[in-house]
Amino acid sequence: MAGKVKWVTDIEKSVLINNFEKRGWIQVTENEDWNFYWMSVQTIRNVFSVETGYRLSDDQIVNHFPNHYELTRKDLMVKNIKRYRKELEKEGSPLAEKDENGKYLYLDFVPVTYMLPADYNLFVEEFRKSPSSTWIMKPCGKAQGKGIFLINKLSQIKKWSRDSKTSSFVSQSTKEAYVISLYISNPLLIGGRKFDLRLYVLVSTYRPLRCYMYKLGFCRFCTVKYTPSTSELDNMFVHLTNVAIQKHGEDYNHIHGGKWTVSNLRLYLESTRGREVTSKLFDEIHWIIVQSLKAVAPVMNNDKHCFECYGYDIIVDDRLKPWLIEVNASPSLTSSTANDRILKYNLINDTLNIAVPNGEVPDCKWNKSPPKEVLGNYEILYDEELAQGDGADRELRSRSGQAAGPKGGRARDSGRAALTTWK
Amino acid sequence: MLQEESDLSLIIAQIVQKLKGSNLYSQLERQAWASLQRPEIKLESLKEDIKRFFKTSGWEKKLQNAVYSELSVFPSPRHPAAPPEHLKEPLAYMRKAQGSWEKRILKSLNSMCTELSIPLARKRPVGEQKELLSKWNEMGTDEPDLSLFRPVYAPKDFLEVLINLRNPNYENGDYLSFRTHLGLIQVPLKVKDIPELKELFVELGLTTGQLGIDDATQVPPELFENEHVRIGQKVLAEQDSAAAQQYVRQGSPTALRAELWALILNISSQPEDILYYEQLKTNVIQHDLLVDSLIYKDVKLTASNDDYYFVFEDYLYQVLLCFSRDTSVLGHFAYNSASPPKSYIRGKLGIEEYAVFYPPNGVIPFHGFSMYVAPLCFLYHEPSKLYQIFREMYVRFFFRLHSISSHPSGIVSLCLLFETLLQTHLPQLFYHLREIGAQPLRISFKWMVRAFSGYLATDQLLLLWDRILGYNSLELLAVLAAAVFAFRAVNLMEVTSLAAAEAVLADLSTLKVMPLLQIFLFATVT
Repeated sequence: MAGKVKWVTDIEKSVLINNFEKRGWIQVTENEDWNFYWMSVQTIRNVFSVETGYRLSDDQIVNHFPNHYELTRKDLMVKNIKRYRKELEKEGSPLAEKDENGKYLYLDFVPVTYMLPADYNLFVEEFRKSPSSTWIMKPCGKAQGKGIFLINKLSQIKKWSRDSKTSSFVSQSTKEAYVISLYISNPLLIGGRKFDLRLYVLVSTYRPLRCYMYKLGFCRFCTVKYTPSTSELDNMFVHLTNVAIQKHGEDYNHIHGGKWTVSNLRLYLESTRGREVTSKLFDEIHWIIVQSLKAVAPVMNNDKHCFECYGYDIIVDDRLKPWLIEVNASPSLTSSTANDRILKYNLINDTLNIAVPNGEVPDCKWNKSPPKEVLGNYEILYDEELAQGDGADRELRSRSGQAAGPKGGRARDSGRAALTTWK
Repeated sequence: MLQEESDLSLIIAQIVQKLKGSNLYSQLERQAWASLQRPEIKLESLKEDIKRFFKTSGWEKKLQNAVYSELSVFPSPRHPAAPPEHLKEPLAYMRKAQGSWEKRILKSLNSMCTELSIPLARKRPVGEQKELLSKWNEMGTDEPDLSLFRPVYAPKDFLEVLINLRNPNYENGDYLSFRTHLGLIQVPLKVKDIPELKELFVELGLTTGQLGIDDATQVPPELFENEHVRIGQKVLAEQDSAAAQQYVRQGSPTALRAELWALILNISSQPEDILYYEQLKTNVIQHDLLVDSLIYKDVKLTASNDDYYFVFEDYLYQVLLCFSRDTSVLGHFAYNSASPPKSYIRGKLGIEEYAVFYPPNGVIPFHGFSMYVAPLCFLYHEPSKLYQIFREMYVRFFFRLHSISSHPSGIVSLCLLFETLLQTHLPQLFYHLREIGAQPLRISFKWMVRAFSGYLATDQLLLLWDRILGYNSLELLAVLAAAVFAFRAVNLMEVTSLAAAEAVLADLSTLKVMPLLQIFLFATVT
């Protein structure tokens, strides 16, 4: 009776198709009956739009949540995190504790960010507090790397605002909106190079929140050396080149693709900085991912037909503090190197094992808690049900007690939330 | 007995001689003078009081570490009547072979010079100096055309030389017996058998806790690990080289490794060491050497393409360019069978007064040389410290991997040890591979020459190098190479060509070093 899963995709990538075929699934077109649709973010918009009014049945699942953009659009993510912090503060939650400068102790993990033009006055006020800092402008709607530029003088932003107003009448529409964020000017450099972390996180349900962290994330290194100078416009191009080259992958080495495994990073940091600070960094990375998901959980349309694999971009500064830069709904499935292909094939394989148990025709009403054996390279990052079972959800994590490395390792093995210290 | 005593006094005399010229000596002297101001130093018991002061102030420990460091590089004592070249290499045919190998390398280098019409060395014009200085931290972004340069030699060229080594006083005989060595190396050297290796590497035994093994038999690994870290911190607090060396035989915890290795190698990174490194850097800025292009090319061909090490490309240039200018490296030629190549100032060819060593450190890099430095970049992010560690590792260990000598850690002995272990313990495999024209050494040679750098995953490589430092011996490289063959024996028995055998052994990055070594040494029936 249990027929074969019928799949569709609008992303023609071999890492996907090979995984479907390996399971003996049958390819159909989107107009036929399908059980599994791996779709682009453009398609998901249509599937759930009011006009098309597509109703998914119990045996259909898709790889995005309907309003994933609450997390994956830069402006909305920041808005949701700000709201989440205010709510916790109102509740008097210890998580919202602030230091003497008014900075959140545990929730300050996104660089200071404003929407433009909406928050222009707030931005100016902040800019004047520290006039020597550099800010990065990113268009909210555009794909990675496009339209990004750096500023360090108010006049530059005035000019930008003037130009965009005169050049276009639709400048007030959301598509032309920008976020402006404080540029992390003291990134951690390895071998003199700047890098960011790409980590994969799978969410199978938002309420209750259940998310998984993929163990095989990687660092993406700039091919150009980082120069921390800021004062000259000329030097802006160095920063810009960094971004552009990093994002577009020019000057590419086809053997390693500028990518370093997270285990390399851990080995390097533990060797050069010590075990405690390294464990603390990885704990904090897990922490900020979970907090970002909790921040959007209340507004997310927790459609039972959906799961989603996110690409988290994180930058680590030279004090080993991680910063959440952005979250991607459609992490690239293009493989740049042989290792990359293996990694992405396995990522999809493990994702499917969790999202589509046993590779059988899905029933979206299942309880979505797969047995430990199928997790592959995923590990449970947070399981709200389990955490609440422990009654520890509101417990403030004790920063002093979270350093012990092996403890974290054992907690992970027991199949519960990875970080007992703050769960 | 008498012999031993005189040996000892000879060693003491030599070490005292050596240390007298050291920085430590002048520091000790200064401290001794300064201590005279102290109330506890009395004139009547001056000598004893100063000794006590050295002990309590930690200077004695520093001296002890320095002596220990000298001892670990010091060649075993020789007969007083033996000529100094015996210190380099006691066997005449080895010296001769090394000599003609050097001639070949130098010839190849010279012909490259002539072909490309570039000088061996030249002073950089001021503009160029400024430019180099400004991009010192990003030399990797430069893409000079190096297509005409080729590595002076690659490990496989060197292997051919070793295969042709013969002892003129030794008759191999035409008839085969069970003793006949069927491998490629045909010189009679004494290498250890498994019982001897077990005795030497006793701490690697199955009953001793090891870092790098997840399922220790007796103690749960975490318990051992925590205890081991605790002891490691104690060793570091004591600042005792000998204790550190003993300690890393069981593996070094990742977070303590950098400091432990520095302690074993007696590297302390004093301000004058940093100054020394800066001087070398100035030297690089001022003069352009032909070997720079070779180094550049080597990094581009090896580390820049490596999954683990590409990040450190710029560090590699900094370290290797400085290394080539470092004349203090010349000191190791006292106990290295190799001799630094000489070049003559233009027009004065052959006149000794105009001879200079080239490159200034006397070491001509070959294909893969930069891989000796690359793994160290995981441990030290300070270029001057990284530099010192590498230099010390080179003059203690790595030079032996590309010099022809009879030393037990020398590459010839390692090759012979590897082949003997395989022939003795995996005779079927050995014979099979030999029959299909896939002599095992043809595959494992490059691993050993590079001390496995670039072949193993970095964490595993560091666990292996822990033991090299711990035992002050490279013999484990041969044991590991044999263990890898043993591990892949089933697949290797099925191959029918050298290419297929190479394919089976192409990727070592998933191997776990310590279990392989343990199984081969201690779980094999002998």
